[in-house]
Amino acid sequence: MSTLHRHPKARLGLLLGPPMLWLGVAYLGALAALFVTALWTQNGFTGLIERQWTLDSFRTLFTVDVYRTIALRTIGVAALVTVIDALVAFPIALYMAKVARPGLRRFLLVAVLMPLWASYLVKAYAWRGMFSEGGLVSSAFEAVGLKSPGYGLTATVVTLAYLWLPYMILPIYAGLERLPDSLLEASADLGGRSLQTLRRIILPTVVPFVVAGSIFTFSLTLGDYIAVRIVGGTNQLLGNVVYDNVGSANNLPFAAAVATVPVVVMLGYLAVVRRTGAMESL
Amino acid sequence: MTISRPTRIVLRVLTVLILAVVYVPLLLVLVNSFNLNKTFAWPPKEFTLEWWRRAAESQGALDALWVSVRVGLAATVVALVLGTMIAFALQRFDFYGRDTVSLLVILPIALPGIVTGIALNNAFRTLFGWQLGFVTIVIAHATFCIVTVFNNVIARLRRTGVQLEQASADLGASGFTTFRLVTFPLIRSALLAGTLLTFALSFDEIIVTTFTAGASVQTLPIWIFNNLFRPNQAPIVNVVAAALIVFSVIPVWLAQRLSGDAESLGAGR
Amino acid sequence: MKKLSMAASLAALALLAACGTSGGSGGSADQAAGTGGFTPPNLKKLDKLGTGEGKLSVLAWPGYAEDGSNDPKVDWVTPFEKQTGCQVTVKTFGTSDEAVTLMKTGQYDVVSASGDASLRLIAGGQVEPVNTDLIPNYADIYPFLKNRPWNSVQGQMYGVPHGYGANLLMWRTDKVKPAPTSWGAVFDPNSPYKGAVTAYDSPIYIADAAMYLMATKPDLGIKNPYALDDKQFNAAVDLLKSQKTLISEYWSDYLKEVQAFTSGNSVIGTTWQVIANVASGEKVPVQVTVPTEGVTGWSDTWMVSATSKNKNCAYLWMNHIISPEANAAVAEYFGESPANGKACAKTADKNHCATYHAGDAAYAEKIWYWTTPIEQCLDGRTDVKCTDYSKWTQAWTQIKG
Repeated sequence: MSTLHRHPKARLGLLLGPPMLWLGVAYLGALAALFVTALWTQNGFTGLIERQWTLDSFRTLFTVDVYRTIALRTIGVAALVTVIDALVAFPIALYMAKVARPGLRRFLLVAVLMPLWASYLVKAYAWRGMFSEGGLVSSAFEAVGLKSPGYGLTATVVTLAYLWLPYMILPIYAGLERLPDSLLEASADLGGRSLQTLRRIILPTVVPFVVAGSIFTFSLTLGDYIAVRIVGGTNQLLGNVVYDNVGSANNLPFAAAVATVPVVVMLGYLAVVRRTGAMESL
Repeated sequence: MTISRPTRIVLRVLTVLILAVVYVPLLLVLVNSFNLNKTFAWPPKEFTLEWWRRAAESQGALDALWVSVRVGLAATVVALVLGTMIAFALQRFDFYGRDTVSLLVILPIALPGIVTGIALNNAFRTLFGWQLGFVTIVIAHATFCIVTVFNNVIARLRRTGVQLEQASADLGASGFTTFRLVTFPLIRSALLAGTLLTFALSFDEIIVTTFTAGASVQTLPIWIFNNLFRPNQAPIVNVVAAALIVFSVIPVWLAQRLSGDAESLGAGR
Repeated sequence: MKKLSMAASLAALALLAACGTSGGSGGSADQAAGTGGFTPPNLKKLDKLGTGEGKLSVLAWPGYAEDGSNDPKVDWVTPFEKQTGCQVTVKTFGTSDEAVTLMKTGQYDVVSASGDASLRLIAGGQVEPVNTDLIPNYADIYPFLKNRPWNSVQGQMYGVPHGYGANLLMWRTDKVKPAPTSWGAVFDPNSPYKGAVTAYDSPIYIADAAMYLMATKPDLGIKNPYALDDKQFNAAVDLLKSQKTLISEYWSDYLKEVQAFTSGNSVIGTTWQVIANVASGEKVPVQVTVPTEGVTGWSDTWMVSATSKNKNCAYLWMNHIISPEANAAVAEYFGESPANGKACAKTADKNHCATYHAGDAAYAEKIWYWTTPIEQCLDGRTDVKCTDYSKWTQAWTQIKG
């Protein structure tokens, strides 16, 4: 073992080797194999992949309008879900971090984390029940005299925001908890009222953590195809197009081509996020 | 008073409201598990304990639960080992390509599940020619769980620094002994938090699992997926979900007690 | 420097991946199949029946392989398991496309394939020819179901017929008045049920629109709803795009349709008889009918996977499912006509076969069975190219928007 002491590079190699083999070669390799398939074709009748290089899949993706519509719709939904989650997560995280007593804080943390253990599918179906005719949401809307949104994009956004909320609360809470109370006290001493403290001290601190949480809400929404089929009515998102083409349509090349869209979006998002330093707060 | 009273009251009200909204669907699931009507018609008109009785006897559910537990444990072990290794490598060493490595660790969880799913499915079946089954699920789960362990351990490592380990080496302890007696106890709680989060992640995962499980193996989410569409099974699924909600208090509370600080919890999913 | 080495390693990975992924074209199915106009892969059929291997993995339409877990009284799998010792696991699918995808994984031994899946499975080499001599009950199958374009190639059977049925029009009797008699109720842009109509979520549904146009726009000249040239195809797609404004949701799993009708989110749309039966069982007031323009439907075939390791159990299953008792049980539960004439004596409802026109070759001819559309026009036209299924699939995404 002492030989390793003298050769830090060897230690590094041993430490990095297996994980890099797993992630770098196996995982990246699988991704590369998938995206290479986007450049091939698949016989629609037999379903066998034919290795003829072609840009047809990408051409279809860019020229046929509907895919652009779906991509924009998906990104829009993802952005909306992220914003809603950030807005909802902030007050509860702030309360838990700065206002609640330690005993209550622990209880709240447990309360926030428990929904993560309830099955995703069952939660989505519960919302389906609530949005159906005569369900809780519909009854609530009708009681106020409004028309229930029913199944559709609204229901999808609400359901997805609900499903991903804990993933946004946790990073924000972690970030706020790290904020020393002394900073807040100093701000108060210097004459700042609550709102100013909020705006000038708390919000800037919390931004990288919100961004960290947004990586999850964004990527989870970009690829989701299950929730939208349950509460989305006739709508389809990018995940559905990928799923349908992998499965029913027997068109893996096209599915891979469509899959490049969320990948490119996420990689771009990660690149931007890096600048804000949120990666450290993941 | 660092935060004024009115603000506190507003925050308290908001918190209560938000928690209420979070728990209404879960309560709905619980209530529906007693609903006599099989298609979850609302409001429930008649109640019964029949579904709970049948769920207790449902071999399919119990088998799937056991598979999920085993997958979770296996994936957690792999993720623990690999995640810790990367955390040490990135925290203790400075090398060319550090940023790339940390990006690589995040990638499986940052990319949408369906992309990871079909990529792995394609690789397993066509590149390697493997049969989809228990092992492929574990491989898939471990891949996106590495980041959870990594985040927890690296956060802890950043705070502990190397002085203790150097002191131990100065006192003549071998590398392994140092790890066993000094380093490991320091990161133990981070590992525990990472374990619990990883297990939770793997337990409820459906998208990647759909693509890597094959026909013979059913994890609990897959069982739920297959049975939500069968008229007589759907109520049993509800019961299983309700039971999960109730029993999940235990590991979550445990996680809270053991990790003690929010940082380990706040990292990752 | 950093970017260069990253690019280099990525390129190397891609090269590795390119070599690894499987390729090649199967059979000579490049010249898309015609009825009997393609050469299927050369696979051998089983020549002798041995003892059961002890297990069987069944891929079936929901309701085709009931083992008592849905309704303890509905079970024809357990008697099979007891008789043959083959332990059965069942996986269900919602559309033929799903079935084809699942069969490609090679993990199922038998599949109940509709006409729009069967030829694809044959051409892709996922299923092998069936030696009907090894199946005693085959002799009692209605003659007009044997050696049909969707279950045989050049005289060689690729499976055993299971039964046939139609896609019907279902409606909530308390919300839809008067009772509809035409598919116009779901296609009419001024329909009073806007936002509460449902339709089957599969590209094959385009054939239903084409069938409706056969009656309402005869000048389009559609003779077979699965043989559509570009002009006819576009007309059908336009009809479906305008229908989308009426749709509440598209369904592919039948419990969701039952739920939608129960809550009232959908009040009218296409359905299978079994869905109507389940809904009625839940005290939802629904009715079904065969509209005047006709119906699309299915004629299903049980096929054996070419890579199955349990072929003896597979043959035993096929013989069992078309036996009079089992065939009667399935036909009644699902709501379709059995394939074995002797099953008619075994149905609980003595009028079952009459209701479903079992054995009525003339009626059976009138149903437009699900068939895979191909470039070679299925109605015999040689002067035009017809749209194939991949075009249908792409159009389906555009219809849903």
